[in-house]
Amino acid sequence: MKLIFEKGAPDQHLSLLPACDVPEVSFKEERALPLRLPHVSENELTRHYKQLSDRVHGMNDGFYPLGSCTMKYNPKIDEELAALPGFTQIHPLQSAETAQGCLEVLHTMEKNLCEITGLDAFTLQPAAGAHGEFTGLLLIKAYHVHHKDFARTKIIVPDSAHGTNPASARMAGFDVVNIPSGPDGCVDLEALKAAVGPDTAGLMLTNPNTVGIFDKNILKITEIIHKAGGLCYYDGANLNAVLGVVRPGDMGFDACHLNLHKSFATPHGGGGPGAGPVGCKAELAQFLPGPQVEEKGGKYKFVTPKYSIGRVRGFAGNFDVVVKALCYLLTLGKEELPHVAENAVLNANYMMARLKTSYTMAYDTFCMHEFVMSLEGLHKETGIAAMDIAKGLLDHGIHPPTMYFPLIVHEALMIEPCETESKEIMDEVCDVFLQLFEEAKTNPQALHDAPLHTPVRRLDEVAAARHAIVRYNFD
Amino acid sequence: MGTYVPNSERVQQEMLDVIGVKNVRDLYCNVPKKMFVKELNLPSEKSELEVRAAVIEIAEKNRVFKTCLRGAGAYRHFIPAVVKSITSREELVTAYTPYQAEISQGILQSIFEYQTEMCELTGMDVSNASVYDGATAAAESITMCRDRKRTKAYVSATANPQVIETMQTYCFGSGVELTVIPAKNGKTDEKALKAALGEDAACFYLQQPNYFGLMEDAAAIGEIVHAAGAKYVMGVNPIACALMKTPAECGADVAVGEGQPLGLDVAFGGPYLGFMTATHDMMRHLPGRIVGETHDVDGKVGYVLTLTAREQHIRREKATSNICSNEQLCAFTAGLYMAAMGASGMRQAATLSMSKAHYLAKALQKAGLSLAYKGEFFHEFVTACDEKTAKSIEKALEKVGILGGLSVDGGILWCATEVVTKAELDKTAEIVKEVLSK
Ligand SMILES: Cc1ncc(COP(=O)(O)O)c(C=O)c1O
Repeated sequence: MKLIFEKGAPDQHLSLLPACDVPEVSFKEERALPLRLPHVSENELTRHYKQLSDRVHGMNDGFYPLGSCTMKYNPKIDEELAALPGFTQIHPLQSAETAQGCLEVLHTMEKNLCEITGLDAFTLQPAAGAHGEFTGLLLIKAYHVHHKDFARTKIIVPDSAHGTNPASARMAGFDVVNIPSGPDGCVDLEALKAAVGPDTAGLMLTNPNTVGIFDKNILKITEIIHKAGGLCYYDGANLNAVLGVVRPGDMGFDACHLNLHKSFATPHGGGGPGAGPVGCKAELAQFLPGPQVEEKGGKYKFVTPKYSIGRVRGFAGNFDVVVKALCYLLTLGKEELPHVAENAVLNANYMMARLKTSYTMAYDTFCMHEFVMSLEGLHKETGIAAMDIAKGLLDHGIHPPTMYFPLIVHEALMIEPCETESKEIMDEVCDVFLQLFEEAKTNPQALHDAPLHTPVRRLDEVAAARHAIVRYNFD
Repeated sequence: MGTYVPNSERVQQEMLDVIGVKNVRDLYCNVPKKMFVKELNLPSEKSELEVRAAVIEIAEKNRVFKTCLRGAGAYRHFIPAVVKSITSREELVTAYTPYQAEISQGILQSIFEYQTEMCELTGMDVSNASVYDGATAAAESITMCRDRKRTKAYVSATANPQVIETMQTYCFGSGVELTVIPAKNGKTDEKALKAALGEDAACFYLQQPNYFGLMEDAAAIGEIVHAAGAKYVMGVNPIACALMKTPAECGADVAVGEGQPLGLDVAFGGPYLGFMTATHDMMRHLPGRIVGETHDVDGKVGYVLTLTAREQHIRREKATSNICSNEQLCAFTAGLYMAAMGASGMRQAATLSMSKAHYLAKALQKAGLSLAYKGEFFHEFVTACDEKTAKSIEKALEKVGILGGLSVDGGILWCATEVVTKAELDKTAEIVKEVLSK
């Protein structure tokens, strides 16, 4: 498929703007560099982008069990309401009196998220999960600095953690202490005890963890950290398994982020925008980024917490994403929220039960909202790796699971079906998985060659990195 | 039955039977019993009709101004109809990050095109696929420039205050010392800058046009920064870039900015996108996703996420940044906007914005306000007045559906773009005149 720059002709353009109705002004010194942008007609333009969108697998194109990413159905009503001019046309620096609706959205969401997580205060400013992690860690840093406890420079991270966890800790100026997981994929209590000390600033953990298991020692874990003088940070990427069932605050966590683009059904846009609100217990609230929304007598206004770490982004965050999440929460209400979690867990266990007849599960226990298979055995036996099974799925119109994550499982495929998939679909998908497993043994070459029916086949990533071509060359 | 949950209770029971448990809560066997939530203190579930009514009611509590003369980091520009029509396509809205390149070529190619367009606009060699917004782009640029010897960062006081504050927060994390270089007559004090930059200076951040709308002497400032051996980061307005001397021509090593003016609604602050471009030398220091061209096993051209050895999923604590999800759909929108506008449309938008702002400035001067600063400006400018007058002007304009300029230290920061008409500008001046004559 051609690039947009290779289409159209220099004199083609859309007719969009009127003639100038005031005297024309320009810069004393203008750019001398040419500005080479596309020059196409409206028809060509829309065809080009239609063609591009045909080459994208979205939620509506088929099963999307991308583990750790919670690819649930994105309700249409949420999109419709977020597109109301009463939200999209509001300038972020309008006076509070003229933006009461926006402030109400933020305030309502802050309150609801507090209730869902068992925490005391929230900021909606962070734009994604990793941004939330960074913010939460700065809260922890500010807390220790505030208490003149300058020795607390280390953040403990299990080796099963998502890459953003250690990277966020580093950005917040901490040293990262990686601790090994136990044979059950959970935190090794002895390793944790050995790691804590007067230099412990805190721990980062997701629970259920990245292998899809709820750590039964969670209260012991948070207690070990607290006893050592550290704080506990909850990576909320896996909240979908426990929405309305268990709360991070009750597990002993002091701060957490949530991914509205996962658990709260806001679409992921092919890689964002998301939103990563951060919640915390009361003793951290005074450090939250400003502004926060305060309500008094039905009137809302922005306030900045006393010892705020400062803002982590411009304005009030990805506001329109928050609107979508609020619509979702209003729809579900307290009654349906727990059913989200239960059905997410039910679906994952159902698929696991069906697949474990052939595939090797990394941990053979009930899972929460996702489970991890290890294809190490199959790989040794047939030469077919997790990657090959993933590419085989593509020819069946199925988005592959997350591959090679978490790092502690070799040849990992991580499956998260989500509550919005029916048994009928999951049965079809399981049949394909089982068929590919057989194919690995009977006709491995077919899987090495897969995919065959996608717009392009396997791409040379090594060549891409070696000779980085990262823009179109006009010359 | 759970909303959006397709399986009936009977089907759920069938599944439980296959799994071999009686109740779904049996699957939560690792959860200490006392931790189960009894009932959340949340509103009850609602039908779609009720949700619709409730949320529309909230939206109606906001005031949508017909005329907007406020910018200061968020700008109401014209958005061509094709932009909304295409960006609401389900696949684009609902896909995840393009981890599976074979079925994500549409997204990957669109990023490649966006990267090219950003390079063209700024004159820089390379672009990433976006970060959260302009403020975080500015903050991330510091990490790109610092090294073991050069550990101090500098920012001009003429940058947007929210951008400065975000940089400060990021520096609280990284431990980089950030110094604000004072302003003089609304522009960066070049003497103070020269005096401040030492051998440990990593970078200096300049906003162009600056927060007050003024054009800085960006090329001369670039020379000062480079003479000290530091990196030069420019935060630029992407619409202005269509006309003004590009960051590349001013010697920038890194050029970043807020991409919202490129086809995105102001939407009370987000979602927006931060764009980040750099010289070739700085490419491997860029944070976030970058898309590169390659070929498949049949030799067909295709696109992949590349240079991933910089990123958190590979490098963990040694990554250039923690960013994972970025603002893809917003970057897609910006790319599409630039394609729809083309070079001539972009120039036209810039010229119209600049011309209308100058017309407004003249009209307001005639009405009795004076400009706070001398010097060339783009589509924003400050008129001097006390706080009380500023409030009165704001209120009087609000009454007739005009969102006036923003109250800032020492005056009002006004903005005009191509969407306001001469008639609206005349009306604004008229009302200001009335207020001043009272
Ligand atoms: C466990 C976990 N933590 C953190 C993140 C980062 O979230 P985001 O991509 O929104 O920054 C992810 C997302 O993939 C995740 O799965």
